[in-house]
Order: sequence, then structure tokens, then C-alpha cells
Amino acid sequence: MLITVFLHPLKKVSVFSSIAACAVSFAGSVLIFAQQGQAKLSALEWATLPGLKITIGGMADPLACLMLLVVTGVGLLIHIFAYGYMKEDPGLSRFFAKLSLFMFSMLGIVLADNLVMMFIFWELVGLSSYLLIGFWFQRPSAAEAAKKAFVVNRIGDFGFILGIIAIWALFGSVHFDELKQIISSRPDLVNAIAPGVLTLAAFGLFMGCMGKSAQVPLHVWLPDAMEGPTPVSALIHAATMVAAGVYMLCRVFFILELSVSALQLIMWIGAITSVFAALIALQQNDIKRILAYSTLSQLGYMVMAVGCSATTEAMFHLGTHAFFKALLFLAAGSVIHGLHHEQDIWKMGNLKKYMPITFATFLVGTLALTGFPGLSGFFSKESILFVAYHKNIAVFAIGMFTAFLTAFYMTRLFVVAFLGRERTEDVAHAHESPKVMTIPLMVLAVLSVIGGFIGMDHYVGHHAVEHDAGGYGLVMGLSILCFLLGTGLAWFVYHQAEEEPCQLSIFKVLRDKFYSDEIYEMCLVKPQAGFGQSFGSDRSLAGRWFAGPFEQHHCLRWR
Amino acid sequence: MTSLNLLPLFLVLLPVLASLAIALGAPARKTALVTVLANLGAVLVLALSMPSTPGYHFVSSFPCIALPSFFEINFTLGVDGLSLAMLILTSVVSVAAVAVSPKNVRREAEFYICVLMISCGALGAFLSLDLFFLYVFHEVALIPTFLLIGIWGGLDRRYAATQMTIYLAAGSLVLLAGLMAFYFAMPEAGRSLDLRQISITLADDPFSAGDQKIIYPLLLAGFGILISLVPFHSWAPAGYASAPAPAAMLHAGVLKKFGLYGLLRLWVPYLPEGAEMWVNVLLVLLLANVLYIGLVTMAQKELNLMLGFSSVMHMGYIFLGLASGNSIGLSGAVVLMVSHGLTAALLFGLASVIREKTGTSTLADLGGLATKAPFLSFLFIIGALASMGTPGLGNFAGELLIFFGAWKSYPEATFLAVWGIVISAIYTLRAVRSTFYGETRAATEQVQDFKGVIDAWPYLLLVALLLAIGLQPQWLIKMIEPAMQLIAPL
Repeated sequence: MLITVFLHPLKKVSVFSSIAACAVSFAGSVLIFAQQGQAKLSALEWATLPGLKITIGGMADPLACLMLLVVTGVGLLIHIFAYGYMKEDPGLSRFFAKLSLFMFSMLGIVLADNLVMMFIFWELVGLSSYLLIGFWFQRPSAAEAAKKAFVVNRIGDFGFILGIIAIWALFGSVHFDELKQIISSRPDLVNAIAPGVLTLAAFGLFMGCMGKSAQVPLHVWLPDAMEGPTPVSALIHAATMVAAGVYMLCRVFFILELSVSALQLIMWIGAITSVFAALIALQQNDIKRILAYSTLSQLGYMVMAVGCSATTEAMFHLGTHAFFKALLFLAAGSVIHGLHHEQDIWKMGNLKKYMPITFATFLVGTLALTGFPGLSGFFSKESILFVAYHKNIAVFAIGMFTAFLTAFYMTRLFVVAFLGRERTEDVAHAHESPKVMTIPLMVLAVLSVIGGFIGMDHYVGHHAVEHDAGGYGLVMGLSILCFLLGTGLAWFVYHQAEEEPCQLSIFKVLRDKFYSDEIYEMCLVKPQAGFGQSFGSDRSLAGRWFAGPFEQHHCLRWR
Repeated sequence: MTSLNLLPLFLVLLPVLASLAIALGAPARKTALVTVLANLGAVLVLALSMPSTPGYHFVSSFPCIALPSFFEINFTLGVDGLSLAMLILTSVVSVAAVAVSPKNVRREAEFYICVLMISCGALGAFLSLDLFFLYVFHEVALIPTFLLIGIWGGLDRRYAATQMTIYLAAGSLVLLAGLMAFYFAMPEAGRSLDLRQISITLADDPFSAGDQKIIYPLLLAGFGILISLVPFHSWAPAGYASAPAPAAMLHAGVLKKFGLYGLLRLWVPYLPEGAEMWVNVLLVLLLANVLYIGLVTMAQKELNLMLGFSSVMHMGYIFLGLASGNSIGLSGAVVLMVSHGLTAALLFGLASVIREKTGTSTLADLGGLATKAPFLSFLFIIGALASMGTPGLGNFAGELLIFFGAWKSYPEATFLAVWGIVISAIYTLRAVRSTFYGETRAATEQVQDFKGVIDAWPYLLLVALLLAIGLQPQWLIKMIEPAMQLIAPL
């Protein structure tokens, strides 16, 4: 039902049909959510061969319902905001067509009832992300960023597809229902599989997540993806698409769970990503890039949670993160819009005077992200750290440190951009954005505040650790301490700063993103270019053996 | 014999009659267009009235040469699921190729006769149930291809045409040797050139392991040269780069598939022990097709050469499907054969439009075409997406099934081959980026876009079929699967 609605705007491209379609599917999601039933879409054969059956089908279990709500709800608000943001762009209808293609594919991922369908929509989401990042394709940087995003995602998909095929070879099915049934009813079959094979298959699936959710070392595309229009960054590269990786992990958790070492690996990659990205975020100056690295870091939290078997907590954080990160990105978009595409925070300052609504909502978003007690981010981050505390103390320490870093860099961003004094003249000409943009901001701000009180417990299955397991007070105390420390320190360093006060060389390493791009350049791009130089004409092998002798005749000479 | 049984004969004869009419002075372009459209209609009739039982249908046979106790050649035509899929491909690509042929070409009559004869040869090869005619029809199609490149080709046309002629002629000779070995290795009592009789004979009395060991590589090399299997591939990129649009479309799209079709008919089903003995060689060669050629493709600086190499690379996937030996991999190979044919025709056609409009195909000189010619760019990007295996377009379905099937037989090789999806994404997006995105250049400043559907319909036709396969491949799978069941040795 949702899908047919979404195909419509692709044909009749117009903003309003796009927004309307979004609203309709939001309503549909609420309906499904309210019924709480196991809604199922009828299945159509996609490819059926002896031993392999792939159907086009959908299912809406509680996990999918939750994700549907987040995707369509946040999506709807961002669509409305985008209309205000992109109003003057000549490619407005092209923009909304691509946005609708994205929503269609995203809902496809959420509703897919088998791995292959999920992969198909997974790739389509990657495609629409490619198209949207490269929306301003005349700009070389945007065209390059789009290409990079797609290629890095393809590396993840390489693992994903092999994982799917391996799972099919092991269990004989790609359908979630059938797989679940086989695994629960045939323990002998599961036990007969060598653990190494299972780990590899699980790791393959996880590689898909690493690509889409930008986990280290496949993280390099996400910051560059900020070349796209800001609503796109909010919708795709903060709230929904990048979270698809985490959603997928939760969806296939019953397979991952069979391999302890795969879970360990997932946990560590998540933890490393979270602290790695938070460190880089300390020293970025582009408002969107800071938020992008923050997204990376938060995704790291979610992946870490899955690695700790805490799928409920991961989904909880996914939901609250979607609210406050969409809010932050849209508010940043409002700032960028008001300042005529200025993104350097050191060229802002005292924006609270000129953009009061944006200021207020950004403040709410910052507090939610940094874990101000009582806001949504506090609860969800808390629950993940609590599980980590019981699972692995080292990972817990990393998580705490990241929480401190988060508080630091967000306060830095906030203080530099919104408080202090106007650093350039342009700031004085800044104006508040129109209502079509501020209203979605306010709605999201409310959601960011109350999001934590919406109990997600009984929707997404079990808790990894019961709440009475002890140490709850300690974890909460420590995270409040981290919040206070981070915020206080950043306030102390930055509240009077006119330019970046941290000039030590160690900070330069952070500013240069630990040289990830340079390492890739050196290890992959250079050797490939060298290969191209020597084999590019492909005349060294076959050409010389076969055509070579004939080339002596002048009638055959090359040019 | 109902009238439908004569439809295959009609398909083959119509282009010949039309060529005669053109030679006698009929308006070339119009006659050719009507012919290929009529053929497309006839193929659709065949497809709709095709019974779902396996085996050949609509068979018609005419005795030709009979040397008792030596051999007997019959002009036998018939259709099964596999040939039907190839006929659909051929007729659709033929329509597109004729439609995009230049309107004011020099020696117009000869040009269109050549195009029609390629189409006729391809249809005949896919329809023939007799090995002799299978071989002859392919040669009928090759000769006009050489002529088209040699006379109407672009840069380096003589080099390209000569190189291609030498390679393909050599390939045909090896193939002939292989077919003769195949024929004489059959037990004398059941020896036949008829595909139906061959399957009966060999089911009762398969080849000995020693025979298979020799026939297998002969057929592989013979057909392999035609398919541009590494290391016999270097004719293809150069040839396609200088070929005029319809020749590149028909050869890359359709004729190259003849080699694969031949392998499916003779090599996959009857030589399982040969396959076992030679499997490692085959896997190395096909991985070279995917990985080595993939890397070479990445280094290309000309759009047409890039497309040529990319088309060579995708042959590696199809070989992987054939090597898998199970019906999943084989069906995937056929789905990819059809989809790749459509994609190659689409991209080669559009690339020559770009070359015509900008006067260059060097990637560094192009850029910004998406601003100047959005419709043209849109179509090309769809083709590019198809070629790199984006879901929703036919190639993805084919590749996916091939990977599934191949994993069952050779997981390690499949693991390596899947890297191809990363490589193809890199070179395809690189070409798209430097051709269509970025600022406009001197060469692309004055480019005119397609004027709506009138200019673009041949390409839209190809895109439509690609979408039909990609969104719901089941109809195609259902068509070919019974035939694959008979072919799959496992």
C-alpha cells in the first residue's frame, strides 16, 4: 500500500504530491503501529528456481513498525522543511523526485521480508543517496563526493551480498520467517556448521552495515556526503539511511547471535568508531561536518549496542537520535540558509540575536545529544552504557569518554556559532527562516525532549540486561559527570575565543581526520593509477602475443 | 504443420527479401525499419503462443544435402525457451539499431543491407537446430559486421576491422575443428547434426573422458574467441570503439551472445568430465575477465574504449554462470546475456550520439552534458546503472542469480568475482562523472538534447525491456528455466 503511493510522485513530479505521499504513509504507519498486528503484504514471485525462492513481500512486525514511524515521521517534517530550503532552486521538482525515490527505497528496506529484497532496496537507497549528494552536479566537489559515497557503499554491499549467499547456502532460505524457524527448530543443523563459516557469513552481513552506517574503516564517505543539500543531510545522512545499517543488524540479529566472535567484532568496531569520530569532531570548523562526525560517533554507539546484544537499546537510541540529529541538521540548515550558505562556525557568532527560534531549537538538540538529564538522548545513551557496563568494562570506558567528547564538541559548536560576538559583518544581515522551516524545527524539538519517555521496551523484544542488575546509579552518575565536565571545559575554553585556541600539533591530526583520506589515497588510488599506466592500453599481454607479429605489416600499424 | 511453424522461416527470410528489395531500389531506411518491426512482431507472436513444455517447438525442416552414412544436413528451424529469449533480444536490438542508424549515410543501400544481414544471421543462428546452419548463419552475420566497421567505421577503422577479422576468423576455424571433433566423437549409429538427435544419442552413450578432454578446450577456445574471453579479447574494445553505432550495438549486444549460446547448447550439457578436468583453467580465465579487465577498464580515458572493455569484463560473469553448472547459475547467465545485450546496445548507441554531437569521446574533454542534454544524460545514466548492476534493471537479476549459483559450486572463485561489482561501480561512475557532471567544456557547450520521444524512442524501448526484466525477472526465468533444466549437467 505504501509503496504504490510512493511510486506515484516519481511519475507526476511535484512537491506537493511528494509531501502528500509522505503524509499518507506516515498516517499508514501510525495505523499499522496502532494495530500492533503482524501486517503482511502479499508476496509476488521475483525469481523462483529449484532451491532458490525469492519473493517480493513485506512484513511489519514491531521492529519494522517502530522504524516506519521514525522514517515517515521525520521524513514528513524534513520534506516540509526542504520545501522552504529549496524553494529558489531551479531543480526543485528533480529534488523532490529523488527524495521520493529515497523514501520509497527506505520503506522498502524497512518492510522487506527477505534478505534479497532488503539488499535490492539497500542498493536503491544507496543510489538515491548518490543522486541526492550529487544534486548540485555542476559542482565538482559534489560530483566527487557522490561517487565516493557510492563506491564505499559498494564495498560494504560486496560483503553483504556474499553474506546473504552464504546464509542461503547454509540454511537454504533467504526469508526471515523461514530462517528463524529453521534456526529455532533445527539446532542440529546449526551445530553442524563450522563456527568459522558462520562468523564469516555474519561478518559479511555486518560489512553491509559498515558501508551504510559508515563504520570505521568505511566511514570516509559520510563527511563528504555533506556536499548535498542540508535537508538531504538531515534525512539521509543523519536520521534514516545511515541508521538502516543498525536496523539491518537488529533484523538479522537472530543470525548474528549464533556467532560470539562476530558480536565481539561488531562491538569493538562500534566502540572504535564512536571515539574515533568524536575525536575528529573536536577540531572541525564546518558546522555540517561537526554534525556529520557526531552522527558517525552516535552510530558507533548503536552498533556497539548491537554487539552487546542490546538490540532494544540500539533501536531506542536510533529513534531518539533520528529526532535530535534531524533537528540539529535542520537548524544548521536554517543557519546556513540565513547566512547565505556560510558554513564555517568561526564566521558566525551571536546568532541568538538574529535567529531566536533556530537558536532555541538548536539548544534543545545540543542538550539532547550531549545527554542533558531528562532529555531523550540522555535516556537512550544511558541504556546503552548501562549494558556496556555489564558486558565489557573497557567498551564502557570508551563509551563514557565519547560521551565526554560529545559534550565538549557540541558545546564548542554552540558557543562559537550562537553566542559571543558577531565575527563577520554578514552575521548582522542574518534573518530568521520562514515558518515552513521553523515549524518542523519546533516539532522536532518537542520530540527530542519527550522522546525519552516513550517506552520502547515492549516493542523491540527483550532487554540484554535487566535493570535491577545493579550499577544503574553509578552509570547514571558517571554520565552526568561526563556531561558536566565536557560542557564546562568547552565553555571555559571557547566562550571568549575569537579564533581556535587549540593550536597544538596533536589537534592538527584531529583536524586532518587522522589522515583517513590520505591513507586511502596512498594504499588504493595510487597503485591503481600505476596499474592503469602500465596496463591501461592492455597491449602488453594478449595484444603483443597475438596481434604483435602482425603489427610488422604496415597495413596493420596502430595509428 | 500449422502456420505458426513457418514463423521461424519467415523471421529468417524477411531480412533477405528486404535486402533484395533495397538492392533493387526500395527506400533503404524505411524498408529496413519495417522489416525489423515486422520481425519483432513475429517474435512476440512466437513468445505468446509458446507452450510451456520443455523441448523445441514450431519446428520446420527442409532436407538439403544428404551423403548417406557420412552426414546429412537439414535446414531445420525451431524454438525453445533459450532461443526464444535470444530472439527477443535480437529483434529488439535490431529495431533499435536500424532506428538509430544515421539518416544521411553514404552508400545508404549497402549500409542498411549490412545491418539487415547481421540481424538475419543472428536470428538464423539462434533458430537453427542443425549444427551446420548454426555455424553458417553466424558467419553470415560476421561478414557484414566487418564491412560496416571497415567502410563506415570511425578512427582506426582499418586496424580495428583487420584485427577483428583475423581474430574472429581464427576463432571460427578453431570452432569448426571443435565441432568436427564433437561430431566424429559421437557413436556412428546415432551421429547427427541435429540438436535433438544429438541430445538423444549422447544421453544414451555419452562421450568418453578422453574425448571430452580434447573437445572441451577446443570448443572453449573457439567460442571463447568470439566472446572475447581473456586472452582472446583484444579485438573487442578497439573494434567497438571504431564501429558505427548499429554495428557495435548488434555485435556487442547480440552476436557476441552467439558464442555463449553455442556453449550452452553443446559445451555445458555434454562435457561434464571435460569441465572437471579444465575447471581451474576456466576459473582463472574468467576471473581474469572480471578482475584484470576490470582494472584495465578503470584506466581507460576514452568513453568508447571504456564501454568496450566493460563489455569484455561482463563476459566473465556470464562464464561464471556457465561454469557453475546448476540451473540457478545457468538461468542467471541467460538473464545476464539478454540484459547485457540490451545494455550494451543502449550504451554504444548513446556513446556514438555523444561522439557525433561533441566531436570527441575523450573523457577529459567531455563534462557537464547533464546541464546541456538532460534527456540524453538520463538515458545514458540508466544504461550505466544497469551495467554496474543496480537493482531494478535486468543485469542485477542476472548477476545475483549467477552469484547464487556459482557459490554452490565454487565459493572461492565467487568471492573473488564479486569484487567486480566494486570495480564496475568505480569505472562506471567515473565515466558518468566526467561525461555528464561538472562544468561544461568547449566540446559540450553547443550540444543539443534529444527532442523528446521522437529522437529517443529506440533507447526507451531498450530501457523498457531492461526494466521489465529487472523489476520482475520471473517471466524470463519461467521462459528459460525448462531449457536450463535439460542443459544443466548437475
